[in-house]
Amino acid sequence: MNRPARTPGYPVRTAVVLGFLLSALVLLGARAIWLQVITSGYLQEQGNARHLRVIQDNSHRGMIFDRHGEPLAVSTPVESVWAEPDALTEVRDRWPALARVLGMSVQELGQAVRHSQGREFMYLRRHVTPEQATQVRKLEIAGVGLQREYRRYYPSGTVAGHVVGFTNVDDQGLEGIELAYDKWLRAVPGRKRVLKDRFGNIVESVESVSLPEPGKDLTLSIDRRLQYLVYRELKNAVVQHRARGASAILLDAHTGEVLAMVNEPGFNPNNRANLASNLFRNRAVTDVLEPGSTIKPFTIAAGLESGRFTPNTPIDTAPGLLTVGRNTIRDVHNYGLITVTQVLEKSSNIGAARIALALNSSSVRDLFVRAGFGRGTGSGLPGEVNGRINSSARIPIEQATLAYGYGIAVTPLQLTRAYGALANDGVILPVSLLRRDVVGEGERIFTEKTARAVRQMLELAVSRDGTGAAAQVGFYRVGGKTGTAHKLLNGEYADHRYVASFAGFAPASDPRLVMVITVDEPSTGIYFGGQVAAPVFSKVMAGALRLLNIPPDNLDGPARRTAQLTSGGTT
Amino acid sequence: MAITRTAPFSALQRWHVDLPLFYAILALAGISLLVVFSASGANFLIAAKHLVRLVMAFGILIMVAQIRPENLQRLAPVLFAVALILLVAVLGVGIVSKGARRWLGLGPATFQPSEIMKLALPMMLAWYFARVPLPPNLRQLAIAALITLVPVALIAKQPDLGTAVLVFGSGFAIVFLSGMGWRVFASLVALAAIAIPYVWTHLHGYQQKRILTLLDPGSDPLGAGYHTLQGMIAIGSGGFFGKGWLNSSQAHLDYLPEAKTDFVFAVFAEEFGLLGILVLLGIYLFILYRGLFIAYLAQDTFTRLLAGGLTLVFFFYAFVNIGMVSGILPVVGVPLPLVSYGGTALVTLMAAFGMLMGIHTHRKIAA
Repeated sequence: MNRPARTPGYPVRTAVVLGFLLSALVLLGARAIWLQVITSGYLQEQGNARHLRVIQDNSHRGMIFDRHGEPLAVSTPVESVWAEPDALTEVRDRWPALARVLGMSVQELGQAVRHSQGREFMYLRRHVTPEQATQVRKLEIAGVGLQREYRRYYPSGTVAGHVVGFTNVDDQGLEGIELAYDKWLRAVPGRKRVLKDRFGNIVESVESVSLPEPGKDLTLSIDRRLQYLVYRELKNAVVQHRARGASAILLDAHTGEVLAMVNEPGFNPNNRANLASNLFRNRAVTDVLEPGSTIKPFTIAAGLESGRFTPNTPIDTAPGLLTVGRNTIRDVHNYGLITVTQVLEKSSNIGAARIALALNSSSVRDLFVRAGFGRGTGSGLPGEVNGRINSSARIPIEQATLAYGYGIAVTPLQLTRAYGALANDGVILPVSLLRRDVVGEGERIFTEKTARAVRQMLELAVSRDGTGAAAQVGFYRVGGKTGTAHKLLNGEYADHRYVASFAGFAPASDPRLVMVITVDEPSTGIYFGGQVAAPVFSKVMAGALRLLNIPPDNLDGPARRTAQLTSGGTT
Repeated sequence: MAITRTAPFSALQRWHVDLPLFYAILALAGISLLVVFSASGANFLIAAKHLVRLVMAFGILIMVAQIRPENLQRLAPVLFAVALILLVAVLGVGIVSKGARRWLGLGPATFQPSEIMKLALPMMLAWYFARVPLPPNLRQLAIAALITLVPVALIAKQPDLGTAVLVFGSGFAIVFLSGMGWRVFASLVALAAIAIPYVWTHLHGYQQKRILTLLDPGSDPLGAGYHTLQGMIAIGSGGFFGKGWLNSSQAHLDYLPEAKTDFVFAVFAEEFGLLGILVLLGIYLFILYRGLFIAYLAQDTFTRLLAGGLTLVFFFYAFVNIGMVSGILPVVGVPLPLVSYGGTALVTLMAAFGMLMGIHTHRKIAA
């Protein structure tokens, strides 16, 4: 039953229907405007909060070079495996595969995850191998990811271990130069924004929030070839004399730069597992010793400076005993009446004491202070100590013992620096472990004349009849002083424990290199500095002078290599 | 407006295609292809599959458009009876999926009888009202209500509340258009208001939750409010101009659920922004206008009611879907008409548009 079409039967109804439809459309449009224009900022934020993440963008630590650009410490990229503990908990079925790749048991993995429950981030394993990283990536476990990190590698290994130091797994310097210049070397990690999907996988890198800044490189004053040479000879000496330990420093006399610094026993910074931390101490700056006879050149220098002594001033050391107050000073032999020069050559304690006692009560001490004893060297090395000089040096016996190296505690580096002043015509230079293009400002501690006079005496001290004859180097004139000091143990001087030392310079005509060697407790019965430390000096200098292309200054009289061990023992 | 022309002047028109409607649908199909491709993560396979379905659906549209309205009218009771029987059958032997029994197996293919009912119910009601004097009296309205509520109840029992609501809406649209009295309408509204608490207690827990989270989607952002919140975030992230095609981060990072089906509007909104939404709403508005225009020009009660009803239902679908995705209506599984990925709803809608075109193009010249 068809009704006629187009009867506008229900105008109200039509209006209502159209009204409904239009308001529905307006409602949708208004909603869209509300979401997309008015609240869009908030909603976009919410969206970004869901899929944008800012993550750390690591960069590498600065390299450490030796003075010729040979690498001493380099950073290599490695991956570390991290996880979101809560997400990882939800996929227990993947644990065995993950644990197998990481080389741990499922129990260990579970324990680690439980331990970090409630936190947002944990490392599962730091610094994995590239193969492991690839396998972890292939596993595609939700909540497990890789982070680019850098691992430190030390090409010189044990040879430069103490100087260069090392970093921890977080790339922070812990010892040595790595610690001293940590701020300079350390990379500033950048931050980058990445897109993550619902499962936490990084889909793409959107932008860099801040660029990572790689650490700055550092060039040391160390010469790797010389460092190795010193390392080799020092190690030989330690083995040969069955010593507890040893230190040696090679210094450039003209610039104050440390060319080599070695301690024994050493350690390999690339593999420090199960090593006692006291091995890491750079004893050349952290440990002090009583220098003994090696200090005597400075006593003599004080004497010469005073004008009351010349190299030829006679000093009576008979009968080998000197009583000061209630104490007695002894020489090994009765040297009788000798000159100031011979005091050094024979290493006479009485001679040194008499010079000191003849001077103003504080003269020797003052000169020692100016020579840098008792104050820092400015090397910047961690754990460096200042040493100490007895402050009561006005008491005659203290004044006397100070003159031959007791009552004073110095580090090997301080001793080296002081010898540097002798070699540098009386001007003491700040020591540096970084390569110097400009020599630092020095400070004159005695006249050039004094320096030359003392050097001449020290040359004689390594002559055939001197205590340090074993320090001689073929074709070069050298100078130096031996020392053999009783060790101070629990406040008393131990009878059979010594520190054998030698401090010297070469070539004597115009000293370029200064070297100090200390050997702790040689235990084969041979313990004099002239026997234990001087040969190290000889061997290192022979190599170093040639390596540095320093012209020989003694072509006429090749030195004898036979050490004179019979006479001239010292304390 | 009395112009009637049966003499076709183009190939498409010879096949009883209404060109304005056809181009509007074509535009939606084009948008659909773009967005589904993007929402699937630039998956060519899915896009190709979608294209094939669209082509097939257009074929169905043209096939249905060939049916004369008189034959549609004759077919109506039969189709309704068949759909009803299938609905009963599905409750018995239907395939259970995701906790609901909605599908009937037919060899390798499965289909939802409720989809047939989406068309069969409006046809049946239009058929019924064409046989009685209008406006209908209370007895006739009661019969119409019975015709509507039986299939709605069967569908709600599956349970498929969303489809039940849509089917009910299609029935109600016809009844309303038939000229139901205002007093009856008012009492129905009152009755519905009274029934709300009763219906509420009979809803499933998850259904209650969906409605509650509508009021405050943030209350359970990872649970019931998740869909809505992600949808709103996607729309809001689009801003005025959108992020551009293939740049929806919500969809591509897998945050947005059902990105290429029910929530495809969110992807579209994120990529094309407010501008895109306005264009899309404009196309829907045009289809609405054209459908109502066809109803207005329809020559008898059956075709007029059917054309008006189908048009309103189509618009109702769009409104419910967009309202759901943009967070003003509860989440019900309604695809965005002609845009969402998926075959069944597409076929139903194209068949409906085929009927509309057939109604328009088979008119007699006489006024």
